Amino acid sequence: MATKRIVIDPVTRIEGHLRVEVEVKDGFVTDAFSSGTMVRGLEIILRGRDPRDAWAFAERTCGVCTTVHALASVRSVEDALGIVIPPNAELIRNLMFCAQYMQDHVVHFYHLHALDWVDVVNALKADPAQTAALAQSISKWPKSSTGYFSDVQQRIGKFVASGQLGVFANGYWGHPAMKLPPEVNLLGVAHYLEALDWQKEIVKVHTIFGGKNPHPNYLVGGAPCSFNLDEVNAINAERLAYVGKLLTDAKTFVEQVYIPDLLAIASFYKDWGAIGGGLRNYMCYGDLPTHGFGDPSKFKFPRGVILDRDLSTIHDVDPRDPQQVKESIAHSWYQYSDGDAAAKHPWEGETKLNYTGPQPPYDQLNVEGKYSWLKTPRWKNHPMEVGPLARMLVGYGSGRADIQEAVNMVLKKLDVPVAALYSTLGRTAARGIETYLVAQWAQEFYSDLLANIKNGDSRTFNSEKWEPDTWPAQAKGVGMSEAPRGALAHWIVIEDKKIANYQLVVPSTWNASPRDGQGQRSAYEAALIGTPVADPEKPLEIIRTIHSFDPCLACAVHLYDPQGRTLNRVTVGG
Amino acid sequence: MLGLPATAVAEVTRALETKPRLPVLWFHFQECTCCSESFIRSSHPAVADIILDRISLDYTETLMAGSGKQAEDALRDTMTKYRGEYLMLVEGSVPTAAGGVYCCIGGRTALDIVKEAAAGAKAVVCWGSCACNGCVQAAKPNPTQATPIADIISGVPIIKVPGCPPIAEVMTGTIVHLLAFDRIPQLDGLGRPKAFYSRRVHDTCYRRPNYDAGLFVNSFDDENAKRGYCLYKMGCRGPVTYNACGVMRWNGGVSFPIQSGHGCIGCSEANFWDNGPFYRHLPNFPGFGIETTADKVGVAVGAVTAVGIAAHAISTNIRKRHLIQEEIAASEDVQDCRAEQGGCPTKE
Repeated sequence: MATKRIVIDPVTRIEGHLRVEVEVKDGFVTDAFSSGTMVRGLEIILRGRDPRDAWAFAERTCGVCTTVHALASVRSVEDALGIVIPPNAELIRNLMFCAQYMQDHVVHFYHLHALDWVDVVNALKADPAQTAALAQSISKWPKSSTGYFSDVQQRIGKFVASGQLGVFANGYWGHPAMKLPPEVNLLGVAHYLEALDWQKEIVKVHTIFGGKNPHPNYLVGGAPCSFNLDEVNAINAERLAYVGKLLTDAKTFVEQVYIPDLLAIASFYKDWGAIGGGLRNYMCYGDLPTHGFGDPSKFKFPRGVILDRDLSTIHDVDPRDPQQVKESIAHSWYQYSDGDAAAKHPWEGETKLNYTGPQPPYDQLNVEGKYSWLKTPRWKNHPMEVGPLARMLVGYGSGRADIQEAVNMVLKKLDVPVAALYSTLGRTAARGIETYLVAQWAQEFYSDLLANIKNGDSRTFNSEKWEPDTWPAQAKGVGMSEAPRGALAHWIVIEDKKIANYQLVVPSTWNASPRDGQGQRSAYEAALIGTPVADPEKPLEIIRTIHSFDPCLACAVHLYDPQGRTLNRVTVGG
Repeated sequence: MLGLPATAVAEVTRALETKPRLPVLWFHFQECTCCSESFIRSSHPAVADIILDRISLDYTETLMAGSGKQAEDALRDTMTKYRGEYLMLVEGSVPTAAGGVYCCIGGRTALDIVKEAAAGAKAVVCWGSCACNGCVQAAKPNPTQATPIADIISGVPIIKVPGCPPIAEVMTGTIVHLLAFDRIPQLDGLGRPKAFYSRRVHDTCYRRPNYDAGLFVNSFDDENAKRGYCLYKMGCRGPVTYNACGVMRWNGGVSFPIQSGHGCIGCSEANFWDNGPFYRHLPNFPGFGIETTADKVGVAVGAVTAVGIAAHAISTNIRKRHLIQEEIAASEDVQDCRAEQGGCPTKE
C-alpha cells in the first residue's frame, strides 16, 4: 500500500497556529512533521524597554497560559538584580499558579481534548437514568440526577435538530475510534457544559490578587496588591475568604468531576496506554517554591531530567550552563551568522527571520528543508518531552511521596502498569493527577498565607531594588517556571537599566519543534510515529496524540537577537 | 440581561426562537487567544447559552470539534450558504510584511483569508487590541508589520472592541446588542461601542476622590497603598484610557486592576505599549471633566498629552493641583500614533 501524506491545518482546539503533516502507510503513521505557522517577534520588541515592564509584554505571549510568562519574567528580573521577594508575595504567586493550573487543565480536558474521545451526537442515544446511575457510582457530585442528564440531552437534541451544529459541526461523530457507550458520552457532554460555566470562577483568584483575568498584573519585587485587615481598599478578610471559597470549590470540582470523568473515560481507552509514547527523555525546571525560589529542593514540583525512561536517575538541570540548553535552526525559518548547523545557548543566540518555505497558498511544506517558525531546543543534545507527564515522572523518580501516591492511585484504578504512562493516555492522565495534587497544595499555601498575616507579616513587596539607580551597569538573569504545558524559562540581559536581550524557551518549543540537524525528532513528531489511522480523511487518532500535549503555539514561536544589535533586514526567500 | 426591562427580554427571547441562529465565524491571526479566553469567562450571558442558544459559532480554531479539512469545510459551508449574512469576529492582527508569510492557516496567508471573509460578512467585530490597533506585536519596531483589521478591509461595518483582552461581558454584551436589537450599537469616533468605551477609567474610578484630594501611593505596598490611595504617581493610565473597567469591573464584577493595587496600563488604547515605561506617571492630562466622552475629546487626548501640556482644569482642590504640578518634570509623555503619525505605524 502506497504511503499517503495527510495534512492537518489548522489543528483546532489548541492555542495558536499548528500544522501537522504525516505520512501514513498500511493504516499507521510512518513519519510526521510539526510546523508553527505564525510569528510575532516579541523578543525584538522587548529590547530597549524598562525591565520592570517586561512581564506585561511577556505575559502577552499567551492568553491561554496567561500569568505563566509574567511569572517567569518577574523571576528573570529578580534573579538578575538579586531581589528576594517577601513570603506573602511568593504565596500569592503560588496561589495564582495553582488557580491557573486548575482552570487551564480542566478547560483542556473538557473543551480542547474531550471531543477526541466523547461523541456528542451519540450522547443522544443514552438512557439518562443509566447515566445518572453511572455518575452516582463514581462521584458524590450533586448534579447527577436522571432529570439533570435528561435536560442536558434534550438541550443537545434540540441543538442538533436545528441543523446548525456550530462548534460541533464536522466533528468526528460516529468515527470507528470512538469507543464510549452513549451513557458515558452523555456524562461527558453534560460536564463539558458544566466545566465551561465553572472555569470562569476559579480565575477570580487572579482577579482578586491581580485585578483581572486573562492577563492579571504582576510586579517585579513582589505582588501589586496590599494587605490591610482594617481597610476596604485592600486585601482584607472578605477578599481572603473569597479566595478561600474559590480554592475549596475548585478542589471539589477537580475531585468530584474532573478526576472521576478522567478515570471513567480512560477505562474505555486503555489501548491508548500503548500509543503515542514518543521520546524517552523528560525534563522539568520545577516550581511552587515553599522556601523561596532559591531552594529547588523544597519545590512542590521537583526539578530534573530523566533519560531513556530510567526513573532511578534524576539528572540536574542548569539553564545557566552554556552546554545544557541550546537551540538550533536546521529546519526553522531563521538564519545564523556562522551557519545553520550551529546550536546556541540562549545567551549567545541570534536571530534573523528567513522564510524559505513555499509561497502561499501552498499544499505541502518542504520538509526536507526548513518548515517551521519554531526553533529546536535540546538539553545536552537530547530532545526532551516537557509537561505534566514529565513533572509526574520526575516527581515519581525523585521519591516524592504525594506524587507517587497520586500516580499509583490512578494506575491502580485503571489497572494498568507504570509503562502505560509513556503514552497519549498517560499524558492526559498525568495532567489530571497533577491537577488533583495542585488543588491540595493550594490549600496549604492559603493556610500559610493566613498564618503569616495573623503573625503580623503583611508585606507583599520588596522596594529595595525598585529604583533603576540601585541596579548594576550590567546584569543577567534566568526566570524559570513550570507552565501548565511544561518547562518554561526566560533569559534576560540588563544593560544601562534597559533590556539588552530577552529570550524565551517555552514548553511547546520543546515539544512541537521540527527535527534537529541530526534528524532527531522532537516530542510531537516522535509521539505520532506508529499511531493508527482508521480513516485518512478523518485523522482523529493523530489529533488525539497532538492534543495530549495541549499545544500552545503562540508561546512556542519566538525570535531574538541577544547581542542587542539592530535587527537584520528581514529577507524572504523563494 | 444587560438591565433590560422584562418586556424587552421576552421580545428578545421570541426573536431568538423564531429565527435561525446568527452564523458567526471567529478568526484567529496574530494573537495570544486572551480574547477567546476572556469571552468564555462571561457571566451574563453565560458562554454556553450564547454558543448553544443564540449564535451558531461555525468556525473558531479554539473550540471547534473538527480540525484540518473538517474545519476548512465548516468555514467554507458557512461562507457560501450565508454569504452577506454571517457575522465575522476577528482576534489578532494581520502581518503584511513579506507577503503575509508570518501568519498562514491552511497554507493561506491571514491577509488573503481576512479579505475573502470580510467580503461576505454582514459586519465585522474586531476583538481586542490586536485586531483594533495591532497591540503588542505592533509595538516598536513591529517586526512583522502587524496591522489592524480596519487598515486592511473596507466596505463592511466594523465594530472595535479594544482591550488586552476586552472585559468578557463587554464582548458578549456587544454580541447581545447585535442580536437583541438587530442593529449595530452606537459607536464613538474611533469605532468603539459607546456603551462600554465612552468613559475614562479615571472618571469612573472609585479611587478618584483620593486623586482629587491629592492622596497618592508613592511606592507599592507603602502605607498609602494599604489605604487604597490613587495610583497616579505609580504610572496609572486611567486618565487617558477609555474602558468600562471602573464600572463593570472584571470576571463578574470582582475587581479591576486599580482595585487590586496596580495602575491601569491603558490596554484598550492604541499604541499603549509604546507609551511607557508603565511605572512613570503621566505629565498631566487635560481635565475635560467627568461629563466628557471619547467623541468630545477624540484625538485631542493623545495630541494634547503628546506635547506634555500642563494645564489642568479639574479645580476641586488647590493642594492637589500643587502636588501634581510638582510631578510633571519627572513624568512620561503619552504618545498617540494617530496624532503623531496620522495613523498607526502598521498600514500596508
